[in-house]
Amino acid sequence: MTHSNRLGGGLVDQSTRLSFSFDGAEYQGHQGDTLASALLANGVRLMGRSFKYHRPRGVMTAGSEEPNALVELRSGARQEPNTRATVAELYDGLDARSQNRFPSLKYDFMGINDRFSNFLTAGFYYKTFMWPKAFWEKLYEPVIRKAAGLGSVSFQDDPDCYDKGFRHCDLLVIGSGPAGLMAALTAGRAGARVILAEEDFVTGGRLNAETHQIGDMAGSDWAASVVAELVALPNVRILTRTTVIGAFDHGIYGAVERVSDHLAVPESGKPRQVLWRIYSKRAVLAAGATERPIAFENNDRPGVMLAGAVRAYANRWAVTPHKQVAIFTNNDDGHRTAADLMAKGVTVTGVIDIRPDAPSLSGAEVFAGAQVVDSTGRLGLRSVKLRLASGELRDLNCGALAVSGGWNPNVHLTCHQRGKPVWNDAIAAFIPGGELPFGMRVAGAANGDLSTMGALKTGAQAAKDALDDLGIRAQLPDLPKAEDAKISLTPFWYVKASKGRAWIDQQNDVTVKDIKLAHQENFRSVEHLKRYTTLGMATDQGKTSNMGGLAVMAELTGKSIPETGTTIFRPPYTPVTMGALAGRSVGKDFHPTRETPSHKWATEQGAVFVEVGNWMRAQWFPKPGETHWRQSVEREVRQTRNSVGVCDVTTLGKIDVQGADAATFLNKIYANGFAKLAIGKVRYGVMLREDGIAYDDGTAARLAEDHFVVTTTTANAVLVYRNMEFARQCLWPDLDVQLISTTEAWAQYAVAGPNARNLLQKIVDPEFDISNDAFPFMACGEVTVCGGLRARLFRISFSGELAYEIAVPTRYGDAMIRALMEAGEEFDVTPYGTEALGVMRIEKGHAAGNELNGTTTALNLGLGRMVSKKKDCIGNVLSEREGLNEDNALRLVGLRPVDARDAIPAGAHLMNADGDVSAKTDQGYVTSAAYSPILESSIGLAFLKGGADRMGEILRVVNPLEGQDIRAEVVSAHFVDPDGERLRA
Amino acid sequence: MLINHPLLGPRDAQEFTYLGDAALIQRPDWQADDAADQFHEYLYLRDNPAGLHRELWFHEAGDRSWLVVTRNTVTHEITDVQLARDVARNEGRST
Repeated sequence: MTHSNRLGGGLVDQSTRLSFSFDGAEYQGHQGDTLASALLANGVRLMGRSFKYHRPRGVMTAGSEEPNALVELRSGARQEPNTRATVAELYDGLDARSQNRFPSLKYDFMGINDRFSNFLTAGFYYKTFMWPKAFWEKLYEPVIRKAAGLGSVSFQDDPDCYDKGFRHCDLLVIGSGPAGLMAALTAGRAGARVILAEEDFVTGGRLNAETHQIGDMAGSDWAASVVAELVALPNVRILTRTTVIGAFDHGIYGAVERVSDHLAVPESGKPRQVLWRIYSKRAVLAAGATERPIAFENNDRPGVMLAGAVRAYANRWAVTPHKQVAIFTNNDDGHRTAADLMAKGVTVTGVIDIRPDAPSLSGAEVFAGAQVVDSTGRLGLRSVKLRLASGELRDLNCGALAVSGGWNPNVHLTCHQRGKPVWNDAIAAFIPGGELPFGMRVAGAANGDLSTMGALKTGAQAAKDALDDLGIRAQLPDLPKAEDAKISLTPFWYVKASKGRAWIDQQNDVTVKDIKLAHQENFRSVEHLKRYTTLGMATDQGKTSNMGGLAVMAELTGKSIPETGTTIFRPPYTPVTMGALAGRSVGKDFHPTRETPSHKWATEQGAVFVEVGNWMRAQWFPKPGETHWRQSVEREVRQTRNSVGVCDVTTLGKIDVQGADAATFLNKIYANGFAKLAIGKVRYGVMLREDGIAYDDGTAARLAEDHFVVTTTTANAVLVYRNMEFARQCLWPDLDVQLISTTEAWAQYAVAGPNARNLLQKIVDPEFDISNDAFPFMACGEVTVCGGLRARLFRISFSGELAYEIAVPTRYGDAMIRALMEAGEEFDVTPYGTEALGVMRIEKGHAAGNELNGTTTALNLGLGRMVSKKKDCIGNVLSEREGLNEDNALRLVGLRPVDARDAIPAGAHLMNADGDVSAKTDQGYVTSAAYSPILESSIGLAFLKGGADRMGEILRVVNPLEGQDIRAEVVSAHFVDPDGERLRA
Repeated sequence: MLINHPLLGPRDAQEFTYLGDAALIQRPDWQADDAADQFHEYLYLRDNPAGLHRELWFHEAGDRSWLVVTRNTVTHEITDVQLARDVARNEGRST
């Protein structure tokens, strides 16, 4: 196998052979390659098209800061867009494609945008698509959306799983370069629990990219030896392929571990990625530094790269982007790249150093005081144009240009709370400053110590100091000999002699001109600059471009760079896939599914289910021959009202209230009185919010002097319990009362209809008398059923029929429904679902969630008289506010259409029969509507202004959105059995 | 965030439900002459300090204790955590 640009040595295993494809062409690489290094080895410089102008682009960096080489990986459901080729680990069979081009990378139709660049400058959208207004939604937005974006998504479900996990440590070390390794070693030897997180798939950080010696070893060998010692320590955990994405409160860090991204398919049972929440007592940030470019005309051609990246490709991956490389630098570090390349046999055609006093270099011509003013090469760099110190212009052949403008410490994580970076003149960059996240120390290049020795020293010291805080004694390890060069750099951001476009942000196609335009149009604050030009947005978040942008703006405003300031760094440090954030909470696991005790039985009956507050409730039970849900529902209603029906009501919240002060407590919780409720009786109750709005209703059954069972609506079970605990602990802390939720502990069934008692007498053991005299309406008690099983019986009714609710321990719930149905066979019993339940409660005029809608008071609901004025209860003081008690306040009424063929539309508004239809003349609104099989008519419940006094009035019921307009008569909300005779039968 | 529960030690804030200002413990006397005004203030008027804030958190996914947490709203530093019941008693809500 021959790679045109592969060099000798490096940390890739050149004996291996991995096949991969890019845009359909087959290539080979080695174990240890990234997609970017393997493409460069094969002589591929062109890797993508730019976002706006569709300019040909190549790889610029060798790490996660990459702005240009964004590719699509894999195909089918595993297709992943916008992945940086620089961090995509090569594996055998990797399938990658370029993005944002049509029909191909070399010939891209949208390249035409580049010709219109004068129009597509900063603020283009804001200026151009202003008018006509109607065009935005219909024309501009769809066209822009189609043209925007880079990669494409598969629109298929992700076949892989993602996980979330928790890790704890004394010291979290972020980054495994020289500083991070020394920190981990210091803490590891001291016995502290250490987590060392490394973004790369190998440890060692920059040591793998340099030729520096540490002690008498190559830097990468030294790193390997330290890692070997750390691996042997049981108190140290090394997480590679793990990016710490954010620093959160109290020492908590978020980290994404890419467990399987380097494999075609995750190993069986393994997630693709894990989102870790790391609880650290202390942390050392050793995240290194990112090199920054220098902007000049046409500085975005494939082959123009960062000098440190070119050096990394040569030393670590044994790859050069081209046989002929030139260097453009403002500092000594650029010269290192030249030296390392020449040591690997690459021709350095020249070192262009802006400094007039640039040091000389053996083996390559140094152009001191010179600048690169332009470049040539449509799909890849061919030459650069220099302006020498003398002013003379000269062309220099090169297929790659290694650019170094200095290094920016990776301060990102120091700013995720309140950190504010401070300017450091020596390296002309921001270093961490202000208030760092709790427990964080910064070491090495991330703190502005750019030498290897500085990193080793500060890494060890930071760990020792952190452990001192925790009372753990640590010894500083012996410092090996290491590179300790002084920084020599002349700040230089862009070439002023360039006339054309000089790119600052290659990912967003922002040029020096765009920044000048933003300045001219007064978008001068860095935050405005960012939004107006999009500088520093998207996947790289300006890691290589922000500083350049700031420097240009600072120059234009006449301020210094620190006065200009940085935009705020926010998590995540690098892009995080949605799957990792979602973890296992996808599809049916997005939230829990709660099944009632009769679920299996109901499934056997072919029930149709509906989700209510995470519960799966039977909605109706279709019988053979029923083709429409209403047939099933109406049959269930008729059968129940004519004989008997059974409904699973387990989902209602149940709260057990016990203690000597239980009655006193309920008296405060409910608007109506409970103190005098007799043992063995149930009472309906309404709960108010403190503002006087009714928020829940239910029943409380008194089983003993000091024991009540409260029921809540299904939807509010959690909220009511929370509020009751608040009242118990915070408002009346010394009442002798205890609460526990028993919703899941009891299976509960409503048995309703004229034959309800007859049915239950076959279930309840004979020693319990449940005759009407012994167990009247609103009675309750503890009984046994089916020969000794403990149960609770409540004679309460939501349907308006003679009805009971019977509760048994949940594990008997399945047996109970089967027993009830068997015992009811002789009465033609029917199970009924939530729809029939709803129809019957509307027929009876009972309020439910539609009426308890967060805006209605007890008065509105027709329950005003229940609110006791003689006691302290939550909500009673503010329920008396004038505005809630006006004479024409909304009141709950019933509606029947004048024409029996009409249906009352739910949600419709009520208007006077001869008045206008307008918001001003609005009389109220319909909350619930149903077809009543008993009345053989549509019926509705509604809130009507002054409704209690308007019985018999004809109103218009209108829904202008749907063109509905019918007439209905105001009637009592109690359509069925208004006197309650059936309840008491 | 981590909340140092007085009974259970440090717990992740995810286990809790947030309510708001611990002044909600000071529910007015319903029989006061100006009860309506007091309740209005109690329910609707809150301080919104940049700095220390005493607030109510409910350990819903835990032991169901209501806690009074003193938190700096600027830095999220938590300087004190007490059982709300103890706070309520200290503030004179014993009956």
